[in-house]
Amino acid sequence: MSADWPLWEVFVRSRRGLSHTHAGSLHAPDAQMALRNARDLFTRRSEGVSLWVVPSVEITASSPDEKDPFFAPAADKPYRHPTFYEVPEGVRNL
Amino acid sequence: MSSVTTPPLSRRAGEGKDPAGSAPGGASPEEEAALQAAFDAAVAAEERIEPRDWMPDAYRATLVRQIAQHAHSEIIGMQPEANWITRAPSLRRKAILMAKVQDEAGHGLYLYGAAETLGTGREQLLDKLHTGRQKYSSIFNYPTLTWADVGAIGWLVDGAAITNQVPLCRCSYGPYARAMVRVCKEESFHQRQGYELLLALSRGTEAQHAMAQDAVDRWWWPSLMMFGPPDEESAHSARSMEWKIKRHSNDELRQRFVDICVPQAEALDLTLPDPDLRWNEQREHWDFGTIDWQEFRDVLAGNGPCNEQRLHQRRAAHEDGAWVREAAAAHAAKQAARATPPDPAPGAADTKTPPLPAEQAPQSRPPEHAPQPRADESAQRGVEHSS
Amino acid sequence: MSATTPPATLAALPLGDDALILSHRLGEWAGHAPVLEEEVALANIALDLLGQARALYAELADVLGSEDEIAYLREERAFLNCQLVEQPNGDFAHTVVRQLFFSTYQQPLYAQLTPSLPLAAKAVREVAYHRDHAEQWTLRLGDGTEESHARTQRAVDALWRYTGELFRPVEGVDARWEELEEEWDTGIRAVLGQAGLTVPDSPRHGAWSAGAGRQGVHTEPFGRMLAEMQHLHRSHPGATW
Repeated sequence: MSADWPLWEVFVRSRRGLSHTHAGSLHAPDAQMALRNARDLFTRRSEGVSLWVVPSVEITASSPDEKDPFFAPAADKPYRHPTFYEVPEGVRNL
Repeated sequence: MSSVTTPPLSRRAGEGKDPAGSAPGGASPEEEAALQAAFDAAVAAEERIEPRDWMPDAYRATLVRQIAQHAHSEIIGMQPEANWITRAPSLRRKAILMAKVQDEAGHGLYLYGAAETLGTGREQLLDKLHTGRQKYSSIFNYPTLTWADVGAIGWLVDGAAITNQVPLCRCSYGPYARAMVRVCKEESFHQRQGYELLLALSRGTEAQHAMAQDAVDRWWWPSLMMFGPPDEESAHSARSMEWKIKRHSNDELRQRFVDICVPQAEALDLTLPDPDLRWNEQREHWDFGTIDWQEFRDVLAGNGPCNEQRLHQRRAAHEDGAWVREAAAAHAAKQAARATPPDPAPGAADTKTPPLPAEQAPQSRPPEHAPQPRADESAQRGVEHSS
Repeated sequence: MSATTPPATLAALPLGDDALILSHRLGEWAGHAPVLEEEVALANIALDLLGQARALYAELADVLGSEDEIAYLREERAFLNCQLVEQPNGDFAHTVVRQLFFSTYQQPLYAQLTPSLPLAAKAVREVAYHRDHAEQWTLRLGDGTEESHARTQRAVDALWRYTGELFRPVEGVDARWEELEEEWDTGIRAVLGQAGLTVPDSPRHGAWSAGAGRQGVHTEPFGRMLAEMQHLHRSHPGATW
């Protein structure tokens, strides 16, 4: 019987209104213990109000090899960003 | 668009190098050179290297070695201080010391997590520690003989560690740098509590003052050794600096530490055990005596006062705990087998709830049993630590 | 303590002693836990308990002096903690079962005391987590492997005899003891049942009429524990730390 516990990624919502952010990883035998271990490890100093734990193997990631094709299309669409547009000086609240 | 399903943030224990790391199978020398050039450029531009980026094998190996040694130091370092938890002379000190030793376990965990992103599992790293194939900081091979040693460790050992660690927050490897930011933030109370502890002793009874002086006498030189061998003898320094894993040389950091400590010792009304300690007007630094590098090498080689004891306790804790780890893994396997047919994917059943696997597991507990954030109490602890 | 000592103050001593002594025992785990994550978890619980003890002792300042005088300068017979919390850690199963038995008692007790004891409301939330931790581990150890099951059953059997004392009325503690005992019994049976463990049918009291922890009558390991805890403080009379 292997005693190696799987690895979990931990995401912490530091306060209401913010998204969960990746905080680190830990080992746990199952999801319930992973949550508890995460609570003990990553919120000892009240760093969080909510936690997610995700088995590391379940995460699907983009590959850096495909960095260019994967993210390049976004780079040539500056019109998605507000700074693309010219606003005459003195015009406010825009 | 395509994606891969390997775990990107941290690897599973035992999993080999990521195929995206190193040169992808059969990369031509030209491709390899291009990858190397891109890596060098990223490091030079102060960009962070992330786990799935290509990196030279030697960079990876150096990081694994350093992060593992750092993690091992945190968990072996629990022992000399835990030695006094049951004898702490006031309840306030008992709480502080327990919280500090707990932090060290936490820091070990952050660092093992960072090491795992490089493809080496915690079990493997612990195994290397337990079989003596990876080191931990030699400082923890000295015994804590009196209560004052707890103070000396906080002031000098943690002080030296912080001097070493603050630059690591800017280390070129992202996960290590991020772990160090967390460690440094949490460690700010460690040094201060040690100093405060010594101050109380120094201002206390004659016996307490003597206890404090004795501890500083024993811990001063080993603390200076923590920065590693002199620059001209340091095997790994130059390349680590080039890779921006390391930012300052051993001697540079050691000097910085001495300069910081001298006035602090004065304020403590304690002396540092070095007759050659004097201010150098020209250098604008404190000159200090010669370090006994033979002692350093002896302790490193396993002949320190506590090498055997520290490793023995670590191995015993691990071996005695094997049945617990096995039991939890066995229970998880049984639960998974019982839960057929499998649950819908997390979040699939109810799109309004965040995808929290634990809340949808068949054995999930009613909500009132879910861990509650306990802001008030933790906040109170924080105040206590910084006092 | 004088006859005019308010009840909440009287209650603070046995409850504070429970918290301090259990915290001390958990502190002995530092550096020995079966897995690093558990180092952090056990220390969290120990720190919660130590915080509870200090808050409770603070209530006694006018009667017994500072928290350190209360913790370090009383003799064994003056400690009013129940015998359960002073039991040595044993293996991890032993510690988990001790936690299970105690937190299943402490949580409803503090819930009952919330109106009269200033600390109780905060402590109830802490103890809810301690209880959850103990329950999670009891389930895993009871169900896990043959070895873990056997160890956990041994712990249940060994600690069972210290659980009867928990429900004997304590001076100054205004609790509905029968109700507490029923609640404890139901809770423990449910957890042990789910973990596949057997509820012992052995007595829950020792056969000795001198009383137990609440009367200052302790088990032998407790004296050695106190000797270790108090020795440094007592070696330097009047010193501040």
